[in-house]
Amino acid sequence: MRYLCLIYDEEKKVAAMSKGEQDAFMGEYFAFTEDVKKSGHYIGGEALQPVGTATTVRVRSGKMSTTDGPFAETKEQLGGYYLINAKDLNDALQVASRIPSAKTGTVEVRPIQEFN
Amino acid sequence: MGGDGSGGDAATQVRAVIDEVYRTESRRVLATLIRLLGDFDRAEEALHDAFSAAIEQWPGDGVPASPRAWLVSAGRFRAIDALRRRARFDASLTALAAQLEGQTAAPVEWIGEPTLEDDRLRLIFTCCHPALQPDAQAALTLREVCGLTTEEIAHAFLTAPRTVAQRIVRAKAKIRDARIPYQVPDRQELPDRLDAVLRVVYLVFNEGYSASSGATLTRHDLSAEAIRLGRVLVDLLPEPEALGLLALMLLQESRRAARSLNGDVVLLDAQDRALWDRAHIAEGVALVERALGAGPPGPYAVQAAIAAVHAEAATADGTDWAQIVGLYDVLLRADPSPVVALNRAAAVAMRDGPAAGLVLIDAILARGELLDYQFAHSARADCCRRLGRVDEARAAYARALELARQEPERRFLQRRLRELASLVAFGLWALGSCWL
Repeated sequence: MRYLCLIYDEEKKVAAMSKGEQDAFMGEYFAFTEDVKKSGHYIGGEALQPVGTATTVRVRSGKMSTTDGPFAETKEQLGGYYLINAKDLNDALQVASRIPSAKTGTVEVRPIQEFN
Repeated sequence: MGGDGSGGDAATQVRAVIDEVYRTESRRVLATLIRLLGDFDRAEEALHDAFSAAIEQWPGDGVPASPRAWLVSAGRFRAIDALRRRARFDASLTALAAQLEGQTAAPVEWIGEPTLEDDRLRLIFTCCHPALQPDAQAALTLREVCGLTTEEIAHAFLTAPRTVAQRIVRAKAKIRDARIPYQVPDRQELPDRLDAVLRVVYLVFNEGYSASSGATLTRHDLSAEAIRLGRVLVDLLPEPEALGLLALMLLQESRRAARSLNGDVVLLDAQDRALWDRAHIAEGVALVERALGAGPPGPYAVQAAIAAVHAEAATADGTDWAQIVGLYDVLLRADPSPVVALNRAAAVAMRDGPAAGLVLIDAILARGELLDYQFAHSARADCCRRLGRVDEARAAYARALELARQEPERRFLQRRLRELASLVAFGLWALGSCWL
């Protein structure tokens, strides 16, 4: 079964890291990604550019409006995701708990809706 | 219902057997059907069908040697049959029916005794999975593991049946859609997951022991269900904290008859100890000893040990407060929470006098903790009262009264305030619900 792991963290925290800390953090991500590729859990995953680059789109009465930024001010921002294959929720939670940002931010694990 | 051995009478007897089997076996059968059918709702329907089949067949065929195995087989067979019939309208069910039927290769394996007992644990751990909301965990456990109806659960938790039904429906949907596995966690995960289960059981117990709001102080049925669950856990998984929790519940339950008089609260030191249930105490004390002998004591075992010290004191004055303070020291290390610190302070007030207790209580409040906790203010009030600091005592009782939600406790605090008004120098010593 497929699960999407959405990674939320404070951008400011990562931005405030020293060069050495950032490298170590990225190193953890590379190691984790390698790990889940080997275990067969990995389907895909990407990091996102900072929330300042985000644009929100809405269409109302056929008219498109675009606004700057995400639609809600929150402390933690969506910073990336992994799409994984897992046996069940426990298996998915095990994988999600090893995502480096789980130690500092929040990882939301959502089962993928399958349409047959 | 005369005992003349007529055919009608035999049918009545079989019906009585079926009722008894339903009472003792239906939750076990359900737990196994959930594993075999992979779905809570399908298993509940199958359970119902299995008992309908028993009512039809047992009077003629006789009661089977193993009613449990018979019911599991009958339920499973009927569920697959129902899937096949529905598959005529929904082709996707054909594959599912075939898959479920394919799992039947070794019947001995799926109805053998150890597997069945594992199923009960699987059910408990699934209902208490941390991915489910705490409210839903308790409701689902009472519904599926204990077999309470939605109405009974709603009544017990003072909520609308519709709310409880929704919680249960959502929880079952999450188990199915997010694929929460039907399994007992492995050794590595077990301590955390067992904590979650014990928390649910204790929540159910406390909801019965001291209703969080409302007119009556105790709701006996929930406490009884929690103790029943505690026994199941101890039977299936005799971990020290499972033993500790069952001991704690039994020891608290032992004081039930003495805890209220005409609907009013009677505190520990004023209780008629002849009303304490000696059988519960003996069982609780034996369990505490087992729990403490099994390794470093966890929070439930220590709380049970504290309850055991109270239970073993012949009179309130004979309470070994030094030992209780020592046990609170241990508990505070395992669970450094302000509520535990407050209870320790109250024990110190009994061992060393109200002045020593008040210093500790004020230190907790000065840290900004428990400011909205009724029992912190009533404990402070009592220390002040015993020290003759009447104005401070009155203010603290008044604050406790503002925070109290249960009618009997409100009456108790009002009584205290009246007593203060008439400047009664001696009186009973009031404390938190843990002292009831």
